[in-house]
Amino acid sequence: MSASASTTAAESGLAISFTDVEKRYGSHVALRRLSLKIAPGEFVALVGANGSGKTTLLRMAALLSRPTSGKVEFQNAVPTSDALTPAEIKLRIGMVGHFTMLYDELSAEENLRFFASLYGLNNPHKIAAESLIPAGLSARAKDLVRTFSRGMRQRLAIARALLANPSILLFDEPAAGLDREGASWLAQTLSALRKSGATVIMSSHGQSEALTLATRAIAMRGGTLIEDSGPNGNARAIIEREAAPIVGIWDGAQ
Amino acid sequence: MNSRAKSVSLTRAIASVFAKELRVEFRSFELLTSTIVFALIVVFVFSFAFNPSAADSRRFGAGFLWIALLFASSLMLQPSFTRERANDSLAALVLAPIDPFAIIAGKLFANFFFLILVELILLPAFSVLYNVPLLGIIGPLAGVMLLGTFGIATVGTVFAAIASQARMRELLLPLLLLPALVPLLIASVGATMGLLSDSRELPSAWVAVMVCFDIMFFTAAWLFGGYLLEE
Repeated sequence: MSASASTTAAESGLAISFTDVEKRYGSHVALRRLSLKIAPGEFVALVGANGSGKTTLLRMAALLSRPTSGKVEFQNAVPTSDALTPAEIKLRIGMVGHFTMLYDELSAEENLRFFASLYGLNNPHKIAAESLIPAGLSARAKDLVRTFSRGMRQRLAIARALLANPSILLFDEPAAGLDREGASWLAQTLSALRKSGATVIMSSHGQSEALTLATRAIAMRGGTLIEDSGPNGNARAIIEREAAPIVGIWDGAQ
Repeated sequence: MNSRAKSVSLTRAIASVFAKELRVEFRSFELLTSTIVFALIVVFVFSFAFNPSAADSRRFGAGFLWIALLFASSLMLQPSFTRERANDSLAALVLAPIDPFAIIAGKLFANFFFLILVELILLPAFSVLYNVPLLGIIGPLAGVMLLGTFGIATVGTVFAAIASQARMRELLLPLLLLPALVPLLIASVGATMGLLSDSRELPSAWVAVMVCFDIMFFTAAWLFGGYLLEE
């Protein structure tokens, strides 16, 4: 991310606030009366077990999912009188989801070119080619995504999310499938984003290198926010407690 | 603004989604191959089951042709949204700063184009199997086929978007699609039957019904399409 971008990221950032948000899928309650405010430039770690509501929260922040009740609001860092339209909000959001959000039948370059065209980027060919370099996928630019390993797909998914230089990054388990080298690249990328002043909300249910960058941690359980370190609290303590390392058990007696 | 993204016009967004749909399909030919084979089988089976004479073909051929197309289209339209589910790529489309209608319209025009390709192969086979000469009516027949196919693609794409969010999505689309298309089917068969008859006249009333059907459903897709893509 360029230096000029880093000076403007915080100014162009958005504050996200969730007020009494609830999300139901039939009888299942995915989020229960959750209230939360995230300021521009914060790096938030969402931690908690599977099914705790992290993904639902991220998808609401991405405007992919409408709350059953309550409201999700976006405010400019520099307040304006006009309300932001969904398209204006989406211009500033990049997301890496549980799945790669890519087309297996297209090449890596074609995927990025397609999304670059949807984001109105000038010269999508050039931007797609440039975006593949930091992801280490330039040599496989013309290969179909279906021939990629899980880790390569994840790196491409991250490159897609970063295409338009978004000021809000929503990362749902971004380290999934990445090898040690890939995880290190992700941590470096997130570190650069943090320095640029971008808002990052990242979910994880296990320890990862990227989580150490968080300036705020929010623990969730059963669709409820159970602990919030706040912007100046001890994020590390929550992360170490809630995002436990994955332990493999092999009992020879069995 | 930090972000280098900017809003894209509706037509440009539709063109991008349309081009992507074509590129994905022409990589595998999965949908086109299965739909063409299925449509040909239906026309072929009807031909052998009824062994129609030239007079029978003029009377019932239009019905066989449109039923074959209708069944084949339900096969083709199903994956239009369900294949976006594998990698959740539909979420990436919805996340993009474009009018959600562009997603529906891009897919709609792609489905329309694919169905036209199916018809280009189906019509000569129909002409041979049912002994119906089509060369003399090719102009008005093309108009009827375009209107009918656009209606099928419009309703089918909208219902495919609805069905893709349901649990029994494979069963739901035909259940929604076939009853909704009955008015269009009646009008399309009526118009085609007029062209296949001895007088070879195009019944303007049926054409008017088809035009109204297409405008009504396309407008509904434009107005409410965005809601179909929300979780």
